[in-house]
Amino acid sequence: MKQILDNYFNVPVMVEAFPEVLRGFFVTVEVALCVIVLGVALGLAFALLRCAENRVLNFLITAYVEVFRTLPQLVIMIFIYFGLPYLGIRFSPFLATALALAAVLAAFSAEIFWATIMAVSKGQWEAASALGLSRRRTLRLVILPQAIRLAIPLVTNRSIAITKGTALGAAVSLPEALGNAQSIMAIQANPSPLTLAAAFYLAFFIPLVWLSRVLEKRYSKAY
Amino acid sequence: MDLFLQNFMNIPSLMRIYPLLLQGLELTVLLALVSLPLSILSGLSVAILYSFGGLRSRRAVIIMIDFLRSFPVLVLLILIYYSLPFFGLTLGSFTAVVAALVINNTGYFGEIFRAGLESIPKGQHEAAAALGLHRFKAMILIILPQAIRKVVAPLASNSLELVKATSIAALVSLPELLRSARVAQEQTYNPTPLTAAAVIFFIMLWPFSHWVSRMERKAIIGRNER
Repeated sequence: MKQILDNYFNVPVMVEAFPEVLRGFFVTVEVALCVIVLGVALGLAFALLRCAENRVLNFLITAYVEVFRTLPQLVIMIFIYFGLPYLGIRFSPFLATALALAAVLAAFSAEIFWATIMAVSKGQWEAASALGLSRRRTLRLVILPQAIRLAIPLVTNRSIAITKGTALGAAVSLPEALGNAQSIMAIQANPSPLTLAAAFYLAFFIPLVWLSRVLEKRYSKAY
Repeated sequence: MDLFLQNFMNIPSLMRIYPLLLQGLELTVLLALVSLPLSILSGLSVAILYSFGGLRSRRAVIIMIDFLRSFPVLVLLILIYYSLPFFGLTLGSFTAVVAALVINNTGYFGEIFRAGLESIPKGQHEAAAALGLHRFKAMILIILPQAIRKVVAPLASNSLELVKATSIAALVSLPELLRSARVAQEQTYNPTPLTAAAVIFFIMLWPFSHWVSRMERKAIIGRNER
């Protein structure tokens, strides 16, 4: 018991590590926000572009979605951070982490938005056109509101799952909570900072996981 | 273009490092083969515990599932790998990765199976009881097969995520595919190994991921039609 307290909940060590881990946690939150905004916006844009029914564009978007859904996030991140500099393209750890995760989220949410647009029944298109609405207005005023409603719980779940990947930023020396905690642990020879980092992550994600549970229940019924 | 080919598809460098990549691939596959069944089994047990439990134990199971799901898997891995040695318990990196993946995915799979079990109407339990089946037997023979059929899509999708997540092993220097590629890249001063690793991951996982996404799309469309 004493051993556990000394190693996981060592108060002096934690107090000393707190500012550094907290600073890291802010970085984590910043990355997470960038990833969600960029990823979901890009995903929606891709799904809308697919509605234009241009063959070349559709092929490109489908290929993008397949590749970024399939590759592990860490592989993409490492590739961006360690591979691209050989071409003279250099990203900061922050950008490399955010771009990699946003690229993955964009692929997943493009697929979700596209599927939910397809899920709105054909009759809606026909009814709107009978009312004299153009295709574009039908999409914006009739189809999208229904599609987005269907997409909300799915996109929320994906966003949460993918923002958990911000911890992977430690691999490209992003000074986020986990990475910072690890370096303090090495200096202090005590793993309590890790507990602290884990606590921060849990404080961030437990409410989100709970939120996704609520959303799933609320939106599980169609109109 | 030339610069691109020389850097990312450099054949001589590929020839030199491919044994290393193959070794890495082997470890990646092994990691997946060990962690996936363990996670599914453990998630299933948690879900069954939930459906047999009373009100209080059900709530406890939900809290546990959400707690496990809230951990980024890397945080769990670092916690396991770097803190246990302070207790004189040194896990190999392979064991640590398997432990982190299984603990984290117990939450994910637990929630999937739980939702599946809960979606089976009560009448099925009652009918089974009326036929004189023991609760446990009814679960295995009647409830579970129906529940699993309902959650095939999320099960497959989460299994894919688990296999993808094995790459975090690179961060505790387990020489799986990604780690081997990084080592090779540093030895050859050339990112071709990274390209190769990405291509291998893609070829290995794409058929599965394509299948998963088709199933998910069908599920979304089907859900709206109901």
